[in-house]
Amino acid sequence: MEALWLSMKLASCVAAILLLIGMPVAYWLAYSRWRGKFLLESLVALPLVLPPTVLGFYALVAMGPRGPLGKLWIALFGHGLAFTFTGLILASVLYSFPFAVQPLIVSFEGVDRKLLDASAVLGAGSWRTFWRVILPLSLPGVITAAVLSFAHTLGEFGVVLMVGGDLAGVTRTVSIDIYDHVQSLQYAEANGMALVLLAISFCVLSIVYAVNRRVWTPWAAK
Amino acid sequence: MGGEVNAVLTARIRKERRNEAASSFVLEVSIEVSMGITILFGASGAGKSTLLDCVAGVTRPDGGRIAVGSDVLFDSSLGIHVPAPKRRIAYVFQTLALFPHLTAEENVAYGLNHLGEEQRRERVEAILKAFHVEKLRKQKPGEISGGEKQRIALARSLVTEPRVLLLDEPLTGLDAERKAAIVDDLRAWNTANGIPILYVTHSREEVDALGERVIALENGGVVSAGSPMDVLNAPRRKKLAQAAGFENLFGAIVLDHREADGVMRVKLQDSACEIEVPLGYAAAGSRVNIAVRAGDILLATEPPRGLSARNVMEGRIRSLEQRGTMMMASVDCGVTFVVHVTPGAVRALELTTGRRVWLVLKTHSCHLVD
Repeated sequence: MEALWLSMKLASCVAAILLLIGMPVAYWLAYSRWRGKFLLESLVALPLVLPPTVLGFYALVAMGPRGPLGKLWIALFGHGLAFTFTGLILASVLYSFPFAVQPLIVSFEGVDRKLLDASAVLGAGSWRTFWRVILPLSLPGVITAAVLSFAHTLGEFGVVLMVGGDLAGVTRTVSIDIYDHVQSLQYAEANGMALVLLAISFCVLSIVYAVNRRVWTPWAAK
Repeated sequence: MGGEVNAVLTARIRKERRNEAASSFVLEVSIEVSMGITILFGASGAGKSTLLDCVAGVTRPDGGRIAVGSDVLFDSSLGIHVPAPKRRIAYVFQTLALFPHLTAEENVAYGLNHLGEEQRRERVEAILKAFHVEKLRKQKPGEISGGEKQRIALARSLVTEPRVLLLDEPLTGLDAERKAAIVDDLRAWNTANGIPILYVTHSREEVDALGERVIALENGGVVSAGSPMDVLNAPRRKKLAQAAGFENLFGAIVLDHREADGVMRVKLQDSACEIEVPLGYAAAGSRVNIAVRAGDILLATEPPRGLSARNVMEGRIRSLEQRGTMMMASVDCGVTFVVHVTPGAVRALELTTGRRVWLVLKTHSCHLVD
Protein backbone atom coordinates (compact mmCIF):
# COMPACT_ATOMS: atom_id res chain seq x y z
CA MET A 1 0.00 0.00 0.00
CA GLU A 2 2.89 2.27 0.69
CA ALA A 3 4.01 1.80 -2.89
CA LEU A 4 0.55 2.68 -4.23
CA TRP A 5 0.38 5.80 -2.09
CA LEU A 6 3.83 6.83 -3.31
CA SER A 7 2.84 6.29 -6.94
CA MET A 8 -0.30 8.39 -6.47
CA LYS A 9 1.69 11.19 -4.88
CA LEU A 10 4.26 11.10 -7.65
CA ALA A 11 1.64 11.04 -10.42
CA SER A 12 -0.31 13.95 -8.91
CA CYS A 13 2.77 16.10 -8.52
CA VAL A 14 3.90 15.33 -12.06
CA ALA A 15 0.47 16.05 -13.55
CA ALA A 16 0.26 19.40 -11.74
CA ILE A 17 3.76 20.45 -12.77
CA LEU A 18 3.17 19.34 -16.35
CA LEU A 19 0.02 21.45 -16.65
CA LEU A 20 1.94 24.49 -15.47
CA ILE A 21 4.88 23.98 -17.82
CA GLY A 22 2.87 22.35 -20.60
CA MET A 23 0.45 25.22 -21.18
CA PRO A 24 2.96 27.90 -22.18
CA VAL A 25 4.91 25.38 -24.27
CA ALA A 26 1.74 24.16 -26.00
CA TYR A 27 0.54 27.74 -26.53
CA TRP A 28 3.80 28.61 -28.21
CA LEU A 29 3.81 25.45 -30.33
CA ALA A 30 0.18 26.00 -31.36
CA TYR A 31 0.46 29.66 -32.34
CA SER A 32 4.08 30.43 -33.20
CA ARG A 33 4.89 30.99 -36.85
CA TRP A 34 8.60 30.38 -36.40
CA ARG A 35 9.95 28.16 -39.15
CA GLY A 36 12.18 26.15 -36.84
CA LYS A 37 9.23 25.15 -34.70
CA PHE A 38 9.48 21.53 -35.80
CA LEU A 39 12.74 21.17 -33.88
CA LEU A 40 11.05 21.91 -30.57
CA GLU A 41 8.11 19.71 -31.59
CA SER A 42 10.47 16.78 -32.10
CA LEU A 43 12.17 17.47 -28.79
CA VAL A 44 8.82 17.46 -26.99
CA ALA A 45 7.80 14.19 -28.66
CA LEU A 46 11.14 12.48 -28.02
CA PRO A 47 10.09 10.62 -24.83
CA LEU A 48 7.39 8.90 -26.91
CA VAL A 49 9.95 6.94 -28.90
CA LEU A 50 12.93 6.82 -26.57
CA PRO A 51 13.28 3.66 -24.44
CA PRO A 52 12.58 4.67 -20.83
CA THR A 53 15.93 3.21 -19.82
CA VAL A 54 17.73 5.61 -22.19
CA LEU A 55 15.86 8.58 -20.81
CA GLY A 56 16.40 7.28 -17.27
CA PHE A 57 20.10 6.73 -17.94
CA TYR A 58 20.68 10.32 -19.07
CA ALA A 59 18.55 11.65 -16.26
CA LEU A 60 20.63 9.61 -13.80
CA VAL A 61 23.89 10.87 -15.28
CA ALA A 62 22.67 14.47 -15.11
CA MET A 63 21.45 14.09 -11.54
CA GLY A 64 24.48 12.17 -10.29
CA PRO A 65 26.97 13.90 -8.02
CA ARG A 66 29.16 14.65 -11.04
CA GLY A 67 26.31 15.62 -13.37
CA PRO A 68 25.39 19.29 -13.91
CA LEU A 69 21.99 19.01 -12.25
CA GLY A 70 23.35 16.94 -9.38
CA LYS A 71 26.16 19.45 -8.70
CA LEU A 72 23.72 22.34 -8.73
CA TRP A 73 21.40 20.50 -6.36
CA ILE A 74 24.18 19.69 -3.92
CA ALA A 75 25.29 23.34 -3.98
CA LEU A 76 21.75 24.52 -3.29
CA PHE A 77 20.39 21.93 -0.86
CA GLY A 78 23.41 20.02 0.36
CA HIS A 79 22.28 16.62 -0.94
CA GLY A 80 22.13 14.87 -4.31
CA LEU A 81 19.14 14.31 -6.59
CA ALA A 82 19.55 10.71 -7.67
CA PHE A 83 17.51 8.15 -5.72
CA THR A 84 15.29 10.83 -4.14
CA PHE A 85 11.60 11.56 -4.59
CA THR A 86 12.37 14.99 -6.11
CA GLY A 87 14.71 13.36 -8.62
CA LEU A 88 11.92 10.96 -9.49
CA ILE A 89 9.53 13.86 -10.11
CA LEU A 90 12.02 15.59 -12.38
CA ALA A 91 12.64 12.49 -14.47
CA SER A 92 8.93 11.69 -14.63
CA VAL A 93 8.11 15.19 -15.81
CA LEU A 94 10.50 14.70 -18.70
CA TYR A 95 9.14 11.25 -19.44
CA SER A 96 5.44 12.27 -19.47
CA PHE A 97 5.98 15.64 -21.15
CA PRO A 98 4.46 14.72 -24.55
CA PHE A 99 1.40 13.22 -22.87
CA ALA A 100 0.57 16.61 -21.42
CA VAL A 101 1.70 18.84 -24.27
CA GLN A 102 0.17 16.99 -27.24
CA PRO A 103 -3.49 17.15 -26.09
CA LEU A 104 -2.99 20.80 -25.16
CA ILE A 105 -1.59 21.66 -28.59
CA VAL A 106 -4.42 19.84 -30.32
CA SER A 107 -7.10 21.62 -28.32
CA PHE A 108 -5.46 25.06 -28.57
CA GLU A 109 -5.19 24.62 -32.33
CA GLY A 110 -8.81 23.53 -32.45
CA VAL A 111 -10.05 26.91 -31.22
CA ASP A 112 -11.48 28.86 -34.16
CA ARG A 113 -9.00 31.60 -35.12
CA LYS A 114 -11.87 33.97 -35.80
CA LEU A 115 -12.73 33.83 -32.09
CA LEU A 116 -9.21 34.97 -31.30
CA ASP A 117 -9.52 37.79 -33.84
CA ALA A 118 -12.90 38.73 -32.38
CA SER A 119 -11.39 38.84 -28.91
CA ALA A 120 -8.53 41.07 -30.10
CA VAL A 121 -10.86 43.44 -31.93
CA LEU A 122 -12.95 43.71 -28.75
CA GLY A 123 -9.89 45.03 -26.96
CA ALA A 124 -8.51 41.92 -25.27
CA GLY A 125 -4.75 41.31 -25.25
CA SER A 126 -3.22 37.82 -25.62
CA TRP A 127 -3.31 37.14 -21.88
CA ARG A 128 -7.04 37.88 -21.54
CA THR A 129 -7.80 36.05 -24.77
CA PHE A 130 -6.03 33.00 -23.35
CA TRP A 131 -7.93 32.97 -20.05
CA ARG A 132 -11.35 33.98 -21.36
CA VAL A 133 -11.46 32.19 -24.74
CA ILE A 134 -8.69 29.68 -25.42
CA LEU A 135 -8.57 27.98 -22.02
CA PRO A 136 -12.32 27.51 -21.46
CA LEU A 137 -12.74 26.20 -25.00
CA SER A 138 -9.77 23.85 -24.49
CA LEU A 139 -11.03 22.43 -21.22
CA PRO A 140 -11.38 18.88 -22.55
CA GLY A 141 -7.78 19.07 -23.73
CA VAL A 142 -6.61 20.32 -20.34
CA ILE A 143 -8.40 17.49 -18.54
CA THR A 144 -7.03 14.98 -21.04
CA ALA A 145 -3.51 16.33 -20.51
CA ALA A 146 -3.80 16.09 -16.72
CA VAL A 147 -5.32 12.62 -16.74
CA LEU A 148 -2.91 11.17 -19.30
CA SER A 149 0.19 12.49 -17.59
CA PHE A 150 -1.14 11.17 -14.28
CA ALA A 151 -1.83 7.73 -15.73
CA HIS A 152 1.40 7.55 -17.66
CA THR A 153 3.45 8.46 -14.59
CA LEU A 154 1.57 5.92 -12.52
CA GLY A 155 2.62 3.11 -14.82
CA GLU A 156 6.25 4.03 -15.50
CA PHE A 157 8.95 1.54 -14.67
CA GLY A 158 12.20 1.97 -16.58
CA VAL A 159 12.81 5.60 -15.70
CA VAL A 160 11.97 5.02 -12.03
CA LEU A 161 14.28 2.06 -11.82
CA MET A 162 17.18 4.03 -13.33
CA VAL A 163 16.74 7.27 -11.42
CA GLY A 164 15.03 6.18 -8.24
CA GLY A 165 16.15 2.66 -7.66
CA ASP A 166 14.10 0.68 -5.18
CA LEU A 167 13.96 2.45 -1.84
CA ALA A 168 10.83 1.58 0.13
CA GLY A 169 8.74 4.67 0.88
CA VAL A 170 11.00 6.95 -1.17
CA THR A 171 11.17 5.62 -4.69
CA ARG A 172 9.52 2.20 -4.67
CA THR A 173 6.46 2.83 -6.84
CA VAL A 174 3.71 0.36 -7.68
CA SER A 175 5.29 -0.99 -10.81
CA ILE A 176 8.62 -1.57 -9.05
CA ASP A 177 6.75 -3.22 -6.20
CA ILE A 178 4.98 -5.56 -8.62
CA TYR A 179 8.30 -6.43 -10.19
CA ASP A 180 9.77 -7.18 -6.75
CA HIS A 181 6.87 -9.48 -5.90
CA VAL A 182 7.25 -11.38 -9.15
CA GLN A 183 10.99 -11.72 -8.61
CA SER A 184 10.35 -13.30 -5.25
CA LEU A 185 7.55 -15.48 -6.68
CA GLN A 186 4.81 -13.77 -4.60
CA TYR A 187 2.26 -13.99 -7.41
CA ALA A 188 -0.77 -13.29 -5.26
CA GLU A 189 0.64 -9.96 -4.02
CA ALA A 190 1.78 -9.07 -7.54
CA ASN A 191 -1.69 -9.83 -8.84
CA GLY A 192 -3.36 -7.65 -6.21
CA MET A 193 -1.26 -4.65 -7.15
CA ALA A 194 -1.54 -5.30 -10.87
CA LEU A 195 -5.34 -5.40 -10.61
CA VAL A 196 -5.42 -2.08 -8.81
CA LEU A 197 -3.28 -0.52 -11.52
CA LEU A 198 -5.44 -2.04 -14.25
CA ALA A 199 -8.61 -0.67 -12.64
CA ILE A 200 -7.14 2.80 -12.20
CA SER A 201 -5.91 2.90 -15.80
CA PHE A 202 -9.31 1.91 -17.11
CA CYS A 203 -11.12 4.50 -14.99
CA VAL A 204 -8.72 7.22 -16.04
CA LEU A 205 -9.10 6.49 -19.75
CA SER A 206 -12.89 6.39 -19.35
CA ILE A 207 -12.73 9.89 -17.89
CA VAL A 208 -10.69 11.11 -20.88
CA TYR A 209 -13.12 9.72 -23.43
CA ALA A 210 -16.23 10.82 -21.54
CA VAL A 211 -14.98 14.36 -21.10
CA ASN A 212 -14.04 14.75 -24.73
CA ARG A 213 -17.40 13.53 -25.89
CA ARG A 214 -19.70 15.37 -23.49
CA VAL A 215 -18.04 18.75 -23.60
CA TRP A 216 -17.34 19.00 -27.27
CA THR A 217 -20.64 18.00 -28.79
CA PRO A 218 -22.92 20.80 -27.59
CA TRP A 219 -20.40 23.45 -28.59
CA ALA A 220 -19.68 21.99 -31.96
CA ALA A 221 -23.36 22.26 -32.88
CA LYS A 222 -23.82 25.73 -34.26
CA MET B 1 -10.47 58.34 -25.34
CA GLY B 2 -8.89 60.63 -27.91
CA GLY B 3 -9.83 61.26 -31.50
CA GLU B 4 -12.38 63.59 -32.97
CA VAL B 5 -16.04 62.78 -33.38
CA ASN B 6 -17.20 61.55 -36.78
CA ALA B 7 -13.68 61.03 -38.03
CA VAL B 8 -13.22 59.72 -41.54
CA LEU B 9 -11.48 56.40 -42.13
CA THR B 10 -8.77 56.61 -44.76
CA ALA B 11 -6.91 53.54 -45.88
CA ARG B 12 -4.22 52.99 -48.44
CA ILE B 13 -3.35 49.32 -48.33
CA ARG B 14 -1.06 46.96 -50.16
CA LYS B 15 -1.22 43.33 -49.15
CA GLU B 16 0.07 40.32 -50.96
CA ARG B 17 -1.50 36.96 -50.25
CA ARG B 18 0.11 33.73 -51.33
CA ASN B 19 -1.93 30.60 -51.13
CA GLU B 20 -1.16 26.97 -51.83
CA ALA B 21 -2.34 27.20 -55.42
CA ALA B 22 0.74 29.31 -56.25
CA SER B 23 -1.62 32.03 -57.46
CA SER B 24 -0.55 35.11 -55.57
CA PHE B 25 -3.12 37.76 -54.97
CA VAL B 26 -2.39 41.43 -54.46
CA LEU B 27 -4.76 43.80 -52.75
CA GLU B 28 -3.92 47.38 -53.63
CA VAL B 29 -6.55 49.94 -52.72
CA SER B 30 -7.02 53.44 -51.50
CA ILE B 31 -10.37 54.22 -49.92
CA GLU B 32 -12.04 56.87 -47.85
CA VAL B 33 -15.06 56.09 -45.67
CA SER B 34 -17.00 58.91 -44.07
CA MET B 35 -19.96 58.83 -41.71
CA GLY B 36 -22.82 56.55 -42.72
CA ILE B 37 -22.91 53.27 -44.57
CA THR B 38 -20.44 52.65 -47.37
CA ILE B 39 -20.83 49.41 -49.24
CA LEU B 40 -17.81 47.42 -50.30
CA PHE B 41 -19.11 45.44 -53.23
CA GLY B 42 -17.48 42.72 -55.29
CA ALA B 43 -17.46 39.04 -56.16
CA SER B 44 -15.90 36.60 -53.69
CA GLY B 45 -12.13 36.63 -53.94
CA ALA B 46 -12.06 40.33 -54.82
CA GLY B 47 -10.20 41.10 -51.60
CA LYS B 48 -13.04 42.48 -49.48
CA SER B 49 -12.33 40.49 -46.32
CA THR B 50 -8.57 41.03 -46.60
CA LEU B 51 -9.23 44.76 -46.70
CA LEU B 52 -11.37 44.61 -43.56
CA ASP B 53 -8.78 42.43 -41.78
CA CYS B 54 -6.11 45.04 -42.50
CA VAL B 55 -8.26 47.92 -41.24
CA ALA B 56 -9.20 46.01 -38.06
CA GLY B 57 -5.55 45.16 -37.43
CA VAL B 58 -5.87 41.37 -37.41
CA THR B 59 -3.77 41.26 -40.59
CA ARG B 60 -0.73 43.41 -41.16
CA PRO B 61 -0.55 45.06 -44.59
CA ASP B 62 2.72 44.99 -46.54
CA GLY B 63 2.53 48.69 -47.09
CA GLY B 64 0.36 51.79 -46.92
CA ARG B 65 -1.30 53.92 -44.30
CA ILE B 66 -4.51 53.55 -42.30
CA ALA B 67 -5.94 56.36 -40.20
CA VAL B 68 -9.13 57.40 -38.47
CA GLY B 69 -9.19 61.17 -38.66
CA SER B 70 -5.70 62.26 -37.64
CA ASP B 71 -5.06 59.14 -35.58
CA VAL B 72 -2.67 56.92 -37.52
CA LEU B 73 -3.25 53.18 -37.00
CA PHE B 74 -0.80 51.88 -39.54
CA ASP B 75 1.97 53.52 -41.52
CA SER B 76 4.58 51.35 -43.16
CA SER B 77 6.99 54.22 -43.79
CA LEU B 78 6.86 55.32 -40.13
CA GLY B 79 6.81 51.77 -38.82
CA ILE B 80 3.50 52.29 -37.02
CA HIS B 81 1.24 49.29 -36.44
CA VAL B 82 -1.30 49.79 -33.68
CA PRO B 83 -2.39 46.30 -32.48
CA ALA B 84 -6.03 45.33 -32.98
CA PRO B 85 -7.06 45.61 -29.28
CA LYS B 86 -6.02 49.26 -29.24
CA ARG B 87 -7.72 50.40 -32.46
CA ARG B 88 -11.30 50.87 -31.26
CA ILE B 89 -12.56 49.54 -34.58
CA ALA B 90 -15.49 47.14 -34.34
CA TYR B 91 -15.62 44.18 -36.68
CA VAL B 92 -18.52 41.80 -37.23
CA PHE B 93 -17.19 38.71 -38.96
CA GLN B 94 -19.02 36.75 -41.59
CA THR B 95 -19.10 33.79 -39.20
CA LEU B 96 -20.08 36.23 -36.41
CA ALA B 97 -17.48 34.59 -34.12
CA LEU B 98 -19.66 34.67 -31.03
CA PHE B 99 -17.94 32.96 -28.09
CA PRO B 100 -19.76 29.61 -27.81
CA HIS B 101 -19.08 29.14 -24.10
CA LEU B 102 -20.44 32.53 -23.05
CA THR B 103 -24.06 33.67 -22.80
CA ALA B 104 -25.37 36.44 -25.04
CA GLU B 105 -24.95 38.87 -22.19
CA GLU B 106 -21.39 37.77 -21.49
CA ASN B 107 -20.57 37.98 -25.18
CA VAL B 108 -21.83 41.54 -25.33
CA ALA B 109 -20.00 42.51 -22.12
CA TYR B 110 -16.73 41.03 -23.39
CA GLY B 111 -15.40 44.28 -24.82
CA LEU B 112 -16.32 46.35 -21.74
CA ASN B 113 -13.66 44.99 -19.42
CA HIS B 114 -12.36 48.49 -18.68
CA LEU B 115 -15.67 49.59 -17.14
CA GLY B 116 -16.98 49.08 -13.63
CA GLU B 117 -19.59 46.40 -12.91
CA GLU B 118 -22.49 48.89 -12.69
CA GLN B 119 -21.66 50.79 -15.86
CA ARG B 120 -21.04 47.59 -17.76
CA ARG B 121 -24.46 46.23 -16.83
CA GLU B 122 -26.19 49.43 -17.93
CA ARG B 123 -24.45 49.52 -21.29
CA VAL B 124 -25.14 45.85 -22.00
CA GLU B 125 -28.77 46.27 -21.04
CA ALA B 126 -29.20 49.32 -23.29
CA ILE B 127 -27.65 47.76 -26.37
CA LEU B 128 -29.54 44.46 -25.95
CA LYS B 129 -32.74 46.52 -25.91
CA ALA B 130 -31.70 48.61 -28.92
CA PHE B 131 -31.25 45.42 -30.92
CA HIS B 132 -34.32 43.71 -29.45
CA VAL B 133 -32.52 40.71 -27.97
CA GLU B 134 -32.86 41.45 -24.24
CA LYS B 135 -34.84 38.24 -23.76
CA LEU B 136 -31.91 36.10 -24.89
CA ARG B 137 -29.39 37.42 -22.41
CA LYS B 138 -28.90 34.14 -20.56
CA GLN B 139 -28.72 31.94 -23.64
CA LYS B 140 -25.61 30.64 -25.33
CA PRO B 141 -25.04 31.12 -29.07
CA GLY B 142 -25.76 27.43 -29.72
CA GLU B 143 -29.32 27.92 -28.48
CA ILE B 144 -30.05 31.06 -30.50
CA SER B 145 -31.44 31.35 -34.05
CA GLY B 146 -29.53 32.81 -36.98
CA GLY B 147 -31.03 36.28 -37.16
CA GLU B 148 -30.82 36.79 -33.43
CA LYS B 149 -27.19 35.70 -33.40
CA GLN B 150 -26.52 38.39 -35.97
CA ARG B 151 -28.19 40.97 -33.72
CA ILE B 152 -26.08 39.87 -30.75
CA ALA B 153 -22.88 40.05 -32.80
CA LEU B 154 -23.80 43.59 -33.84
CA ALA B 155 -24.64 44.54 -30.26
CA ARG B 156 -21.34 43.09 -29.01
CA SER B 157 -19.40 45.21 -31.50
CA LEU B 158 -21.32 48.44 -31.06
CA VAL B 159 -21.50 48.43 -27.26
CA THR B 160 -17.77 49.28 -27.20
CA GLU B 161 -18.54 52.65 -28.86
CA PRO B 162 -16.14 52.09 -31.73
CA ARG B 163 -14.85 54.80 -34.05
CA VAL B 164 -15.45 52.69 -37.14
CA LEU B 165 -17.64 49.65 -37.79
CA LEU B 166 -16.64 46.92 -40.22
CA LEU B 167 -19.31 44.43 -41.31
CA ASP B 168 -18.36 41.38 -43.36
CA GLU B 169 -21.56 40.10 -44.96
CA PRO B 170 -23.26 40.12 -41.58
CA LEU B 171 -26.74 39.41 -42.90
CA THR B 172 -26.15 36.47 -45.22
CA GLY B 173 -28.72 33.75 -44.91
CA LEU B 174 -31.52 36.00 -43.68
CA ASP B 175 -34.73 36.69 -45.56
CA ALA B 176 -35.40 40.20 -46.84
CA GLU B 177 -37.77 41.09 -44.03
CA ARG B 178 -35.39 40.18 -41.22
CA LYS B 179 -32.54 41.87 -43.04
CA ALA B 180 -34.55 45.07 -43.30
CA ALA B 181 -35.45 44.95 -39.60
CA ILE B 182 -31.79 44.59 -38.55
CA VAL B 183 -30.69 47.30 -40.97
CA ASP B 184 -33.31 49.65 -39.48
CA ASP B 185 -31.89 49.05 -36.00
CA LEU B 186 -28.38 49.63 -37.28
CA ARG B 187 -29.39 52.87 -38.95
CA ALA B 188 -31.19 54.02 -35.82
CA TRP B 189 -28.07 53.31 -33.81
CA ASN B 190 -25.91 55.22 -36.24
CA THR B 191 -28.09 58.32 -36.34
CA ALA B 192 -27.13 58.73 -32.70
CA ASN B 193 -23.49 57.74 -33.11
CA GLY B 194 -22.58 58.85 -36.62
CA ILE B 195 -19.54 56.68 -37.33
CA PRO B 196 -18.22 55.41 -40.66
CA ILE B 197 -19.56 51.94 -41.43
CA LEU B 198 -17.92 49.78 -44.07
CA TYR B 199 -20.34 47.07 -45.13
CA VAL B 200 -19.10 44.20 -47.26
CA THR B 201 -21.56 42.37 -49.47
CA HIS B 202 -21.81 40.65 -52.81
CA SER B 203 -25.57 40.91 -52.80
CA ARG B 204 -27.10 43.41 -55.19
CA GLU B 205 -30.26 43.57 -53.03
CA GLU B 206 -28.33 44.70 -50.00
CA VAL B 207 -26.68 47.45 -52.01
CA ASP B 208 -30.08 48.78 -53.05
CA ALA B 209 -31.41 48.55 -49.50
CA LEU B 210 -28.46 50.13 -47.73
CA GLY B 211 -26.21 51.95 -50.03
CA GLU B 212 -25.38 55.53 -49.59
CA ARG B 213 -22.04 55.04 -51.27
CA VAL B 214 -20.55 52.05 -53.02
CA ILE B 215 -16.94 51.06 -53.54
CA ALA B 216 -16.60 48.27 -56.08
CA LEU B 217 -13.66 45.93 -55.70
CA GLU B 218 -12.35 43.56 -58.33
CA ASN B 219 -9.18 41.44 -58.25
CA GLY B 220 -7.79 43.38 -55.35
CA GLY B 221 -8.36 46.86 -56.77
CA VAL B 222 -11.04 49.54 -56.60
CA VAL B 223 -12.72 49.66 -60.01
CA SER B 224 -15.46 52.11 -59.26
CA ALA B 225 -16.78 54.28 -56.43
CA GLY B 226 -19.78 56.54 -56.06
CA SER B 227 -23.51 56.27 -55.58
CA PRO B 228 -25.11 52.85 -56.12
CA MET B 229 -26.71 54.24 -59.29
CA ASP B 230 -23.37 55.30 -60.76
CA VAL B 231 -21.47 52.19 -59.78
CA LEU B 232 -23.94 49.41 -60.38
CA ASN B 233 -26.39 50.67 -62.97
CA ALA B 234 -23.69 51.73 -65.36
CA PRO B 235 -20.90 49.27 -64.56
CA ARG B 236 -17.72 49.87 -66.48
CA ARG B 237 -16.26 46.42 -65.86
CA LYS B 238 -17.49 43.11 -67.20
CA LYS B 239 -17.02 41.18 -63.93
CA LEU B 240 -18.79 43.89 -62.00
CA ALA B 241 -21.64 43.85 -64.50
CA GLN B 242 -22.08 40.14 -63.90
CA ALA B 243 -21.98 40.62 -60.16
CA ALA B 244 -24.44 43.50 -60.37
CA GLY B 245 -26.99 41.33 -62.11
CA PHE B 246 -26.66 42.16 -65.79
CA GLU B 247 -27.94 38.96 -67.30
CA ASN B 248 -27.00 39.88 -70.86
CA LEU B 249 -23.36 40.43 -71.67
CA PHE B 250 -22.19 40.47 -75.28
CA GLY B 251 -18.99 41.13 -77.11
CA ALA B 252 -19.56 43.57 -79.99
CA ILE B 253 -17.73 45.44 -82.73
CA VAL B 254 -18.19 49.18 -83.19
CA LEU B 255 -19.53 49.97 -86.68
CA ASP B 256 -19.80 53.75 -86.71
CA HIS B 257 -20.25 56.80 -84.49
CA ARG B 258 -23.13 59.26 -84.67
CA GLU B 259 -21.71 61.95 -82.49
CA ALA B 260 -24.53 64.43 -83.10
CA ASP B 261 -27.00 61.88 -81.67
CA GLY B 262 -24.64 60.78 -78.88
CA VAL B 263 -24.81 57.17 -80.02
CA MET B 264 -22.84 54.58 -81.95
CA ARG B 265 -23.88 51.45 -83.79
CA VAL B 266 -22.41 48.10 -82.85
CA LYS B 267 -22.73 44.60 -84.24
CA LEU B 268 -23.19 41.89 -81.62
CA GLN B 269 -20.78 38.97 -81.58
CA ASP B 270 -21.09 36.37 -84.36
CA SER B 271 -24.49 37.60 -85.52
CA ALA B 272 -26.15 40.02 -87.84
CA CYS B 273 -27.70 41.83 -84.88
CA GLU B 274 -26.98 45.55 -84.99
CA ILE B 275 -27.96 47.83 -82.14
CA GLU B 276 -27.54 51.43 -81.12
CA VAL B 277 -25.72 52.12 -77.86
CA PRO B 278 -24.53 55.26 -76.04
CA LEU B 279 -21.37 56.80 -77.45
CA GLY B 280 -18.20 55.44 -75.83
CA TYR B 281 -14.47 55.87 -76.17
CA ALA B 282 -14.07 53.16 -78.77
CA ALA B 283 -12.93 53.60 -82.36
CA ALA B 284 -14.87 52.10 -85.24
CA GLY B 285 -13.81 48.48 -85.72
CA SER B 286 -12.75 48.00 -82.09
CA ARG B 287 -14.25 45.46 -79.72
CA VAL B 288 -16.47 46.48 -76.82
CA ASN B 289 -18.67 44.69 -74.28
CA ILE B 290 -22.35 45.49 -73.94
CA ALA B 291 -24.35 44.76 -70.78
CA VAL B 292 -28.15 44.76 -70.67
CA ARG B 293 -30.44 43.88 -67.76
CA ALA B 294 -33.05 41.23 -68.48
CA GLY B 295 -35.61 43.50 -66.85
CA ASP B 296 -34.85 46.40 -69.22
CA ILE B 297 -35.96 44.53 -72.34
CA LEU B 298 -39.52 44.72 -73.68
CA LEU B 299 -41.07 41.78 -75.46
CA ALA B 300 -43.75 42.09 -78.15
CA THR B 301 -45.66 39.49 -80.17
CA GLU B 302 -46.17 41.81 -83.14
CA PRO B 303 -43.69 44.12 -84.87
CA PRO B 304 -43.89 47.27 -82.74
CA ARG B 305 -44.37 50.65 -84.41
CA GLY B 306 -44.20 54.26 -83.37
CA LEU B 307 -41.72 53.66 -80.55
CA SER B 308 -39.01 55.96 -79.26
CA ALA B 309 -36.79 52.95 -78.53
CA ARG B 310 -34.15 52.60 -81.23
CA ASN B 311 -33.45 48.91 -81.08
CA VAL B 312 -36.03 46.38 -82.24
CA MET B 313 -34.91 42.81 -82.94
CA GLU B 314 -36.87 39.88 -84.24
CA GLY B 315 -36.34 36.45 -82.69
CA ARG B 316 -37.84 33.23 -81.39
CA ILE B 317 -38.44 32.07 -77.83
CA ARG B 318 -36.14 29.16 -77.11
CA SER B 319 -37.18 28.50 -73.53
CA LEU B 320 -39.36 29.80 -70.72
CA GLU B 321 -38.34 29.20 -67.12
CA GLN B 322 -39.89 30.10 -63.81
CA ARG B 323 -37.47 32.09 -61.61
CA GLY B 324 -39.13 32.95 -58.34
CA THR B 325 -42.09 35.12 -59.21
CA MET B 326 -40.65 35.99 -62.64
CA MET B 327 -40.51 34.11 -65.90
CA MET B 328 -37.22 34.09 -67.70
CA ALA B 329 -37.43 33.87 -71.47
CA SER B 330 -34.45 33.03 -73.65
CA VAL B 331 -34.91 34.66 -77.02
CA ASP B 332 -32.76 33.81 -80.02
CA CYS B 333 -32.16 36.86 -82.23
CA GLY B 334 -28.92 35.54 -83.67
CA VAL B 335 -27.55 35.97 -80.16
CA THR B 336 -29.53 34.80 -77.18
CA PHE B 337 -31.08 37.45 -74.95
CA VAL B 338 -32.44 36.73 -71.50
CA VAL B 339 -35.66 38.66 -70.89
CA HIS B 340 -37.74 38.93 -67.71
CA VAL B 341 -41.52 38.80 -68.14
CA THR B 342 -44.28 38.38 -65.58
CA PRO B 343 -46.34 35.15 -65.53
CA GLY B 344 -49.36 37.34 -66.33
CA ALA B 345 -47.71 38.60 -69.50
CA VAL B 346 -46.84 35.04 -70.50
CA ARG B 347 -50.54 34.11 -70.24
CA ALA B 348 -51.90 37.28 -71.88
CA LEU B 349 -49.48 37.11 -74.81
CA GLU B 350 -49.71 33.30 -74.99
CA LEU B 351 -45.95 33.03 -75.00
CA THR B 352 -44.69 29.55 -75.76
CA THR B 353 -41.43 28.02 -76.84
CA GLY B 354 -40.86 28.58 -80.56
CA ARG B 355 -43.09 31.67 -80.72
CA ARG B 356 -41.94 34.57 -82.93
CA VAL B 357 -41.35 37.73 -80.86
CA TRP B 358 -39.79 41.18 -81.12
CA LEU B 359 -37.43 42.59 -78.49
CA VAL B 360 -37.33 46.30 -77.78
CA LEU B 361 -34.29 47.91 -76.22
CA LYS B 362 -33.73 51.54 -75.30
CA THR B 363 -30.32 52.88 -76.30
CA HIS B 364 -29.53 53.88 -72.74
CA SER B 365 -30.40 50.46 -71.35
CA CYS B 366 -27.34 49.22 -73.22
CA HIS B 367 -24.24 49.76 -71.08
CA LEU B 368 -20.69 49.69 -72.29
CA VAL B 369 -18.35 47.77 -70.03
CA ASP B 370 -14.59 47.16 -70.18
